[in-house]
Amino acid sequence: MASASPGAVTVAAPAAPEARAPRSLPTWVWALPPVAVLALVFLYPLALVVQESLAPGAYAGVLASESFRDALVTTVWLAVASTAGCLVLGFALALVIAFVPFPGGRAVAKFIDVFLSFPSFLVTLALLFLYGTVGMANGVWTDVTGDATGPFRFLTTPWGVLLAEITYFTPFVMRPLLAAFSQLETAQLEVASSLGARPIRIIRQVILPEALPALAAGGSLVLVMCLNEFGIVLFTGAKGVTTLPMLVYSKAILESDYAAACVVAVVNIALSVGLYVLYRGVSRRAGA
Amino acid sequence: MLVHSRTGRWTAWALFAVLFVPLFALPLLVIVAASFSTHWSGAFPSGPTTAHYTAAVRGESLQALTTSLVTAVTASLVALTVGTWAALASAAMGRRGRRILDALFMLPVAVPSVVVGLAVLVAFSQPPVLLNGTRWIVILAHTVLVTAFAHQSVSAAVRRLDPMYEQAAAGLGARPSYVLLRVRLPLLLPSLNAAAGLCFALSMGELSATMMLYPPDWLPLPVLIFTATDRGSLFTGSALAVILMAATLLALLAVSRIRTRASFR
Repeated sequence: MASASPGAVTVAAPAAPEARAPRSLPTWVWALPPVAVLALVFLYPLALVVQESLAPGAYAGVLASESFRDALVTTVWLAVASTAGCLVLGFALALVIAFVPFPGGRAVAKFIDVFLSFPSFLVTLALLFLYGTVGMANGVWTDVTGDATGPFRFLTTPWGVLLAEITYFTPFVMRPLLAAFSQLETAQLEVASSLGARPIRIIRQVILPEALPALAAGGSLVLVMCLNEFGIVLFTGAKGVTTLPMLVYSKAILESDYAAACVVAVVNIALSVGLYVLYRGVSRRAGA
Repeated sequence: MLVHSRTGRWTAWALFAVLFVPLFALPLLVIVAASFSTHWSGAFPSGPTTAHYTAAVRGESLQALTTSLVTAVTASLVALTVGTWAALASAAMGRRGRRILDALFMLPVAVPSVVVGLAVLVAFSQPPVLLNGTRWIVILAHTVLVTAFAHQSVSAAVRRLDPMYEQAAAGLGARPSYVLLRVRLPLLLPSLNAAAGLCFALSMGELSATMMLYPPDWLPLPVLIFTATDRGSLFTGSALAVILMAATLLALLAVSRIRTRASFR
């Protein structure tokens, strides 16, 4: 290609685009119908929420209230802790699936995909049977020790929500990680290991740098999803655990205080859209 | 192979099993086990029964299942149409236009679904369009929520599309509408299938926005599962949950079985 004569380039270039120009509409006209639909069913409602939140005294009342500040703190620390847990757990599990292969590993990877398509509240429902007051763990405990009640009663505390969120969201970290691992040159690992590097060192110096973009993308997606999670918290049924989405629901539906609900909603949108923009930036840079 | 020693490999596998089985496999097994039993007071469930299932295919539960199916199918079809149209339109636009359009259609993913529910509730409970109390408000909210995912996966597929085919067709004199209908859409069909499955699964399990909106005569399955477990009928709830999972899986399987000529390329 580099050796083509300059004359050939100038002849080839102008032929194509002019022929179709006169009859076609500008391309942005074709984008109008879907944008109009989106504006009607999503942007206009969102604008109304913002407008309603500007009712006199609404912001001052909500921001000063104890319940809002508690919910904000609970939401943020639960989301951050769940994300950290998902990253550690997802990295460890994906490492084994990808690099210490075992029979049935592909089935496990398939299972992870299926797990993603189930709704989140199923996890909380399952935890009720596993660690609830009359669940499996407490049943084993009372059978073995003869006590009247078991020691596991963390389900209605934030720790129960944390466990459920880590369980449900870890596959969201594992999927991009497994994709990234499948593109990693295994010869690199063989070379490092034949040069005498121990597994820990290979993970730190060869695998981790390759996995960082996938970890960042998966982690920020999970962080946003944890901030917005509702089903898990609702099914826990704990009075002590209130997150921002839960507060929106209880203000709007249980108390019919729409102005307050809209204020909480605006705060929640700001938090998660801000993080989502960050996520898009990170994942675009990672090429995911 | 990362670990070469035999003991090392077994340690890694044991660690994997210890983490994976209780966290991911057990929850689903437990729900299935509970759906077939009447008591769970010891280590294992007791009182095997299929009564929850015979109850679940009648009256309220059956209606909830059909409600969920109708909602999911309608929302997926509309979302797929709008999302595909937007993806094709944005692919034809310049760099700036494409970024704006993609950002607009991705926004519903970032906004919490409870807030989408609240927004739809606020907007359609007042004069111009009154939908509150009808089934359409639920279907509308589901459509908004899944459109973003439809758009995301279809526009990724549009970007991967080999421009050779449409250029060849156009070069042979095919009009743009013909190129779209006979070349581009058939090539996109496999990803449209996958996107349809994703939308369907998401809509089947949608709870957050639905809790804000559902009218008494349009109760989707997740809401029924919640009301059952909330009043303490955990076993009925888990039978309904198994039905929900089975319906979702069947739909995903059916969608993945649809082979088009494009997938044999």
